[in-house]
Amino acid sequence: MSLNTAPNLARPDDFYEALIEMHRGLDDATSQDVNARLILLLANHIGGHEVLIEAMQRARAGVDPAVSAALAEAA
Amino acid sequence: MNPIPAIDYQQQRFMYQPCLEQTRPADAALHPVVVIGAGPVGLVTAIDLARQGIRVVLVDDDDTLSTGSRAICFAKRTLDIFDRIGCGQRMVDKGVGWNRGKVFLREEAIYEFDLLPECGHARPAFINLQQYYVEGYLLEQARQHSLIELRWKSRVSAIAHHADHEALTVETPEGSYLLKARYVVAADGSRSPLRKMMGLESVGHTFRDRFLIADVKMAAPFPAERWFWFDPPFHPNQSVLLHRQPDDVWRIDFQLGWDADPVLERTPERVIPRVQALLGKDAQFTLEWVSVYTFSCVRMDRFRHGRVLFVGDAAHCVSPFGARGANSGIQDAENLAWKLAFVLQGKAPDSLLDSYASEREFAADENLLNSTRSTDFITPKSAVSRCFRDAVLALAREHAFARRLVNSGRLSLPATLHGSPLSSADSAPFHGAMQAGAPCTDAPVLTDTIPGWLLPHLGDQFVAMIFAPPASLSAALLPALVRLTEGGLPLRLLFVSGAQASAEDHTVLSALGDSAVQVQDIEGLVAQRYDGQPHTCYLIRPDQHVCARWRTVDAAALAQALQRATGHEPAAQAAPVLDAA
Repeated sequence: MSLNTAPNLARPDDFYEALIEMHRGLDDATSQDVNARLILLLANHIGGHEVLIEAMQRARAGVDPAVSAALAEAA
Repeated sequence: MNPIPAIDYQQQRFMYQPCLEQTRPADAALHPVVVIGAGPVGLVTAIDLARQGIRVVLVDDDDTLSTGSRAICFAKRTLDIFDRIGCGQRMVDKGVGWNRGKVFLREEAIYEFDLLPECGHARPAFINLQQYYVEGYLLEQARQHSLIELRWKSRVSAIAHHADHEALTVETPEGSYLLKARYVVAADGSRSPLRKMMGLESVGHTFRDRFLIADVKMAAPFPAERWFWFDPPFHPNQSVLLHRQPDDVWRIDFQLGWDADPVLERTPERVIPRVQALLGKDAQFTLEWVSVYTFSCVRMDRFRHGRVLFVGDAAHCVSPFGARGANSGIQDAENLAWKLAFVLQGKAPDSLLDSYASEREFAADENLLNSTRSTDFITPKSAVSRCFRDAVLALAREHAFARRLVNSGRLSLPATLHGSPLSSADSAPFHGAMQAGAPCTDAPVLTDTIPGWLLPHLGDQFVAMIFAPPASLSAALLPALVRLTEGGLPLRLLFVSGAQASAEDHTVLSALGDSAVQVQDIEGLVAQRYDGQPHTCYLIRPDQHVCARWRTVDAAALAQALQRATGHEPAAQAAPVLDAA
């Protein structure tokens, strides 16, 4: 099963505000920690290895041309 | 317990004596095998070869055993190997057995594990035993074999390759001599002089961190469990590992960080406060040993180079978290010994030795992967890596999924040799772990009504393990089985039955000869662990690894699998390669 990038958020604007709000009052280092924990919590909820790998590839594709190329080929 | 006066193995010195090559060079002949290095791996190699009837010369550049604090955690598979070569009980009697561990974050225990949660195994998951005891006991075992000749203070300084042998230049207190052997086993440790002499390298990763290891003698209330701390109050922002050893000696590893000064940190002025912080200011203890180390995860590209086979740390080195160093080296030794013996005895082609390399390179990769992952978790290589590591620890208190990610060491398990060319593929479905390439698991059995274990019935030779009483075999099968037991690749027969042997069973066993034994699967655990339905037949290698299995007893299939398992057949139908775990 591949990564779903079609619109799937139940409440997009509410989610986005909550994501920023999650960091309210935190310094940069603490924000990093919180983000890391969120990634781990959500990754576990998703569970499937291939989906997680694809998500990480897409995340990295923006900054790594080799990864973008590989993804384009696989498509 | 044991009233025998204690030998101080760290103080033992062994005698150099001139050898035949030096005293009567005209009589010196070509040796079948020379093993270089009398550490645990070299000693196990020599003993296992001698058990197979092979004469061994074991050379060591020194005249002592290991000193200080080195390998301490010996895994169940290693204990099974020690049992097979005759010294397991001694190791277990002296060692401190353990199965459980705890992981702490700051003051709190966040994770507990049990490495042997099921009953019905002869040995614990681990024993802790100082390396000098292991070597001392192995040496005493080796001395019982007249086929092993030990040469101390014998340093190999050069190697010359010939068409049918290797010629080693050996330096001794009385000058040098040439030692010739058909095969050379290099068990000469992580800095392997022989590897360097042959212009070969071990490649991988060295970790930018330093650890202080201290052997501390004290009476302490801690249980025999592996305890690991992340960021404890007594050693903030670093990790600590605690193991109990025999003789009231505790091994403590303190992570120091890359910037620590290794010379300064070894001094008692630095070490004692760290130990007091862990134990309390009034604790009574003595420092037995202190050293600072860095570690690497590296391996040689290939473990076989013609007539030279590399084993143990000479072939591959791992960081200690997970205890995969000495344990995998000893598994290398048992993988190699029977194969070398078969080749030397003309029972297998030289190419069988290629499977030593491919199987143990595969196992080394598994050990390197696990050790590297543990070390990355304990010593994160970057700020973001540390961020995720700390996030896992923070979540682990409340969430089971995060506890599963905590990696203070994935403790040594023997590799299943997936894709081995010696294995035959399953032609029927089986469930459970005992697939081709797997090391055999233990189970309780009765032999002639005496309670015991399955593993002592396996190993040293090929064994056909048949889940049926002998009387239930068709009469037509018996002559074919007898031929297999008497053939060039001798096979032992082990019958596993639910009930005790009947009179008819005994009749058939006599007809099958000395190489047939029946055991009773008293708790049904053999059948359970091996998915042993009636007439299921397993072919087990001399190193107690599965190489084939069927749902019927078929002598022709057994013969063919034996041929493949000894390198006689091409690997065209080898078991499919699966991902390493």
